[in-house]
Amino acid sequence: MKLVADTIACTRGGREVFAGLSFSVAAGEALLVTGRNGAGKSSLLRAIAGLVRLTAGTLALEPDGDRSLAEQVHYLGHHDAVKPALSVGENLQFWTAYLGGNGDTDDALAAVGLDAIGHLPAGTLSAGQKRRLSIARLVAAKRPVWLLDEPTASLDAPAQSDLAGIMDRHLHGGGIVIAATHADIGLKSARSLRLGAA
Amino acid sequence: MTAFNALLMRDIRLTMRAGGGALMGALFFLIVVTLVPFALGPDLALLGRIGPSILWLGALLASLLALDRLFTSDFEDGSLDVLLTGSLPLELAVTAKALAHWLTTGLPLVIVAPVLGLLLNIEGGAMDAVALTLLAGTPALTFIGLIGAALSVTLRRGGLLLAVLVMPLTVPVLIFGVSATNAAVSGPVPFGPPFTILCALSLMSLVIGPFAAATALRQGLE
Amino acid sequence: MALIDLANPTRFLDLVRRVLPWLIAATVIAFAIGLTMAMNAPDDYQQGATVKIMFLHVPAAWLAMLCWALMSVAALGTLVWRHPLADVAGKAAAPIGAALTFTCLVTGSLWGRPMWGTYWVWDARLTSVLVLFLLYLGVLALYWTAEDPNRGARAAAVLVLVGAINLPIIKFSVDWWNTLHQGESIFRAGGPEIDPTILRPLFAMALAFLLLFVTLHLAAMRNEILRRRVRTMQMMQAQTA
Repeated sequence: MKLVADTIACTRGGREVFAGLSFSVAAGEALLVTGRNGAGKSSLLRAIAGLVRLTAGTLALEPDGDRSLAEQVHYLGHHDAVKPALSVGENLQFWTAYLGGNGDTDDALAAVGLDAIGHLPAGTLSAGQKRRLSIARLVAAKRPVWLLDEPTASLDAPAQSDLAGIMDRHLHGGGIVIAATHADIGLKSARSLRLGAA
Repeated sequence: MTAFNALLMRDIRLTMRAGGGALMGALFFLIVVTLVPFALGPDLALLGRIGPSILWLGALLASLLALDRLFTSDFEDGSLDVLLTGSLPLELAVTAKALAHWLTTGLPLVIVAPVLGLLLNIEGGAMDAVALTLLAGTPALTFIGLIGAALSVTLRRGGLLLAVLVMPLTVPVLIFGVSATNAAVSGPVPFGPPFTILCALSLMSLVIGPFAAATALRQGLE
Repeated sequence: MALIDLANPTRFLDLVRRVLPWLIAATVIAFAIGLTMAMNAPDDYQQGATVKIMFLHVPAAWLAMLCWALMSVAALGTLVWRHPLADVAGKAAAPIGAALTFTCLVTGSLWGRPMWGTYWVWDARLTSVLVLFLLYLGVLALYWTAEDPNRGARAAAVLVLVGAINLPIIKFSVDWWNTLHQGESIFRAGGPEIDPTILRPLFAMALAFLLLFVTLHLAAMRNEILRRRVRTMQMMQAQTA
């Protein structure tokens, strides 16, 4: 399995954020997208997730399956997609069911260290805990490509190393991780793609 | 279908838990209906005559204004992005949300309408007709309003914009809803034709609404 | 026990635990006496037995207004003195007040059916109560929508005080609106002077309603304090997890 981008370009608000970009990420590989503010890191991730249209080029997951690329990615954006009125467990169960996973939500909560408070309303969680709950969704619903936009934002050191472990397991299982970040997110062998370097 | 049901149940649960959900639309309906006699005077004979129209207007305003937050809250907390990466076609996802909204907001309006009918001195038989036409017509209001809700979230504007966009589109529903009711109450036209057209409008908006709303969301979220 | 001791929610919970059984008993007895007296009251020469609805209708109306007055004091307590129990008292009173107003409207409507031949007329008095009901529902809606209970309490306090100032104005304008229109369907229920045989059971029922209100209000305040403690404990549990 391989994610291939072929001379892709993207325009937002009349401004070209990136153009002529080509790369490929194979199963088990991680790609760190770096670059200054406004270099188009978030736009690239959103384009891969199908949330932003490309103005040129193609993006594909090879070999072609019957499912579209958007259905095979997990998108972890700046917002956590957590509903404060639902309990921690209900939030995760909803996303797992919606994203077509049959994974164990209890295991996923344990992986991010929220298993003891699955019954609490998500409104009582701190920002870092909400982030962890958001990450739990990647574990519970199995999808090959993870698109992580600043995944370590508001995570403390133990939670960051938990996340590094989760990403490692995903890569060992033949997954793909593409992360946009300024910080070191603890991936051992990651290739790097610098946007806006030219 | 699990994804559809999951989204439907989540939205119902969210409305029930936060913000008084279902009751807020019904409360707005009650207040609109109460204000009318203050404007027109307490003449029961007059109110009884125009009561069905007042109920229809109140239900229309209540169901459209309640749609304001349908996509906005999902947009603000990032849920909409994740919803877009689901395997469920966006048209169906949008339908699930609209259905949940109708069940928690539209249906309560139909249920409280007979109580409000008492305030407006509407006769028993006429009240049955109003309730029946509201039951058949409010889905059309919700699914037409859905388009406005999708447009207003992509334009990052809420509130009155939705009403301005959508109200002209609800004119046919209002016409046939009220004329079916009047046909049942006073004649001379039979109840059947306008009521059938009302049902047809509901079914049509059930198809058009989700497609238009999904298109608006896809175009607008770039 | 001084008033300052009651400010401590724990002391207050202790007090409620001790007082509540007695209050429940007193309420039951007061209703038994009141209802017996009401049943034995003579029928009205015009309205017959339907006049007995009055023994529920009038006390409910009195208590509904008293409840708003109590909420106004609690609102002052929330905004001015920041008393820890004030917004608990206000929040606990709102649904009870709404229920009393609703009782008043329903009994009034049932009473109106034989008198006026319809369940509802836009009589000035009934209409004022309906507006009061809408105000109660507004306060409730504010409590429901507020995600942060403290901010919700202050917003509701402002609304309650505005309502308290506005109630006389609403009452006045509704009266004016009603006499202005003088629709043909308005019948004024200006009966003869009320006889002591009616007045005594009425006051007995009012006392019973008052006891019922105090009982429900204290129980609701206790529940609200416990609900807030659960919330605080959840927050603490979330923090330590």
